[in-house]
Amino acid sequence: MEDALKIGGKELENRLFIGTGKFSDNRLMEEAIRRSGAQVVTVALRRIDFESSQENILQYVPHECILMPNTSGARNAGEAVRIARVAKASGCGNWVKIEVVPDHKYLLPDNDETVKATEILAGEGFAVFPYINPDLITAKKLKDAGAAAVMPLGAPIGTNRGLETREMIRILINEIALPVIVDAGIGKPSEAAQAMEMGAAAVLVNTAIATAQDPAAMAAAFDLGIKAGRRAYLAGPAATRERAEASSPLTGFLGRE
Amino acid sequence: MGYYDDVYSRYRNFDFDTFFRNVTAADVPAALTRERHSAEDFLTLLSPAAGNHLEEMAQKAHHLTVRNFGRVIFLFTPIYLSDYCENQCAYCGFNVGNPFARKKLNLQELEEEARRIAETDLKHVLILTGESRQYSPPSYIRECVQVLKKYFSSISVEIYPLDTEEYGELVTAGVDGLTIYQEVYHEKRYDQVHLAGPKKNFHYRLDAPERGCRAGMRAVTVGPLLGLDDWRREVFFAGIHADYLQNRHWNVEIGLSFPRFRPHAGDFRPARAVDNRSFIQALLASRLFLPRAGITVSTREDSVLRNHILPLGVTKMSAGSSTEVGGRLEARRQPSQFEIADHRTVGEMKETLLQKGYQPIFKDWHTV
Repeated sequence: MEDALKIGGKELENRLFIGTGKFSDNRLMEEAIRRSGAQVVTVALRRIDFESSQENILQYVPHECILMPNTSGARNAGEAVRIARVAKASGCGNWVKIEVVPDHKYLLPDNDETVKATEILAGEGFAVFPYINPDLITAKKLKDAGAAAVMPLGAPIGTNRGLETREMIRILINEIALPVIVDAGIGKPSEAAQAMEMGAAAVLVNTAIATAQDPAAMAAAFDLGIKAGRRAYLAGPAATRERAEASSPLTGFLGRE
Repeated sequence: MGYYDDVYSRYRNFDFDTFFRNVTAADVPAALTRERHSAEDFLTLLSPAAGNHLEEMAQKAHHLTVRNFGRVIFLFTPIYLSDYCENQCAYCGFNVGNPFARKKLNLQELEEEARRIAETDLKHVLILTGESRQYSPPSYIRECVQVLKKYFSSISVEIYPLDTEEYGELVTAGVDGLTIYQEVYHEKRYDQVHLAGPKKNFHYRLDAPERGCRAGMRAVTVGPLLGLDDWRREVFFAGIHADYLQNRHWNVEIGLSFPRFRPHAGDFRPARAVDNRSFIQALLASRLFLPRAGITVSTREDSVLRNHILPLGVTKMSAGSSTEVGGRLEARRQPSQFEIADHRTVGEMKETLLQKGYQPIFKDWHTV
């Protein structure tokens, strides 16, 4: 596979991850996942009804996708760890996205508790994908703790504001030897493309797809945006310049030694 | 310390009428354009002048709600455990003065009712009792929770106010949510409609949501009972109560609800009936002031209104409700606490939501 993303013991061709929280209908969600080509789908364990006689969100996640249960609702490391264990015991595989989001106003994550949960779960053999506020030191600790990737937010969840945290994410991409997956805040395919051009390994999108007028069409658009951004990154974008380059360089007189 | 001293007292003697009179037509769009709304903006949005801007408010409320919650509605149903009550609340069917044979569910009856609800696939329940430490003490409620845990993934309580320690014991037993309505935020009016009984203690009730937060509840919902006093003021006090709780207890999910007075056994009629326009304005202003707060609308509202308000900021709805003890059992009927207005079954509710472009969510919590 050319340019595969090797992550959590798998190889992925598609670099769009999809969140499932906000769709108006599970059938629409399934269609959006299929049209996007996404291979990784995250589902909140709190939303999975393993006993339902009628409907279970997992029925609508295409079988070929990797399921990444998330710990939405966890207020601390202990709760995240317990949710992850329930997910694994219920047959949801060994990938887990850690969400420790005690703040209810902006839904911002608790980085310290996220590191603690990652240490424990990575030790138990999970492929751990922690959702964080983009912070270099936290990311370094997550690397040491055995995380499979880091998932910094581009902007607060649901805001569709794009890459508000661009500089911090750039630092993570430069400094952390783990895939950096931009998660939350991405509102448009062009913003997903920008994240990929910067060298992000993948992008996770939920709100922007689920709440679009046509979720499946928007999912397909994100797929294209992410592919374009990735190709641009691989092509090595030309440096941007603030003004035109002088035709007579100021140091031309130095010649070559 | 607490909501009363820190926030409520600042507005206790506030001249709401003058404030509302002074809100000009230009103030409302100005408040609407701000990204975050202050308490004063909230009051502006509750003013009579803002009543002319409901469509603009609705557009903004709709976008905020979709962004923050998605196109989903969380469903739950109430279970009435006991209608024994020591209080004389002028507006309530369980009033101790209403002569009827009281009932409390035994654990076998509760299990049967739970089984019937579970067949509808609902996973979140709200249990209710009248105020009687003799017939429905916290120990009885905890026993009931043990039964319900086998069938449901989230159990909330709407019961008489408890001490922090007692709330903590409920949390340990498996309760994760607390709903407690102040009913009336206006102190004098509160005293007038609560004729006798332990509920006369305004402050003990007012501080109950905060005690629930301290005791480790995951979600706490507050609100007034609309119809007992001026709705603009009541909704304002409830909104700033929710805001206070969310700021102070940032790891608790704070929600709001504004049940409207409904007919019940007894001859009480609301002093300040709240019409649909006003109800919608209350809903919209609250969504704009508290963009992340869950807002519950129960079956007190009829199906037509509940269908129309789906895009306007509501996030939680009850379904398949009964407001009488053992209402889902075959046994003899008990008087209801109030008459419900939306009689749709859970299945019908689910179909309507899907038709309207909203996903019904049956399960949104997993106690671990």
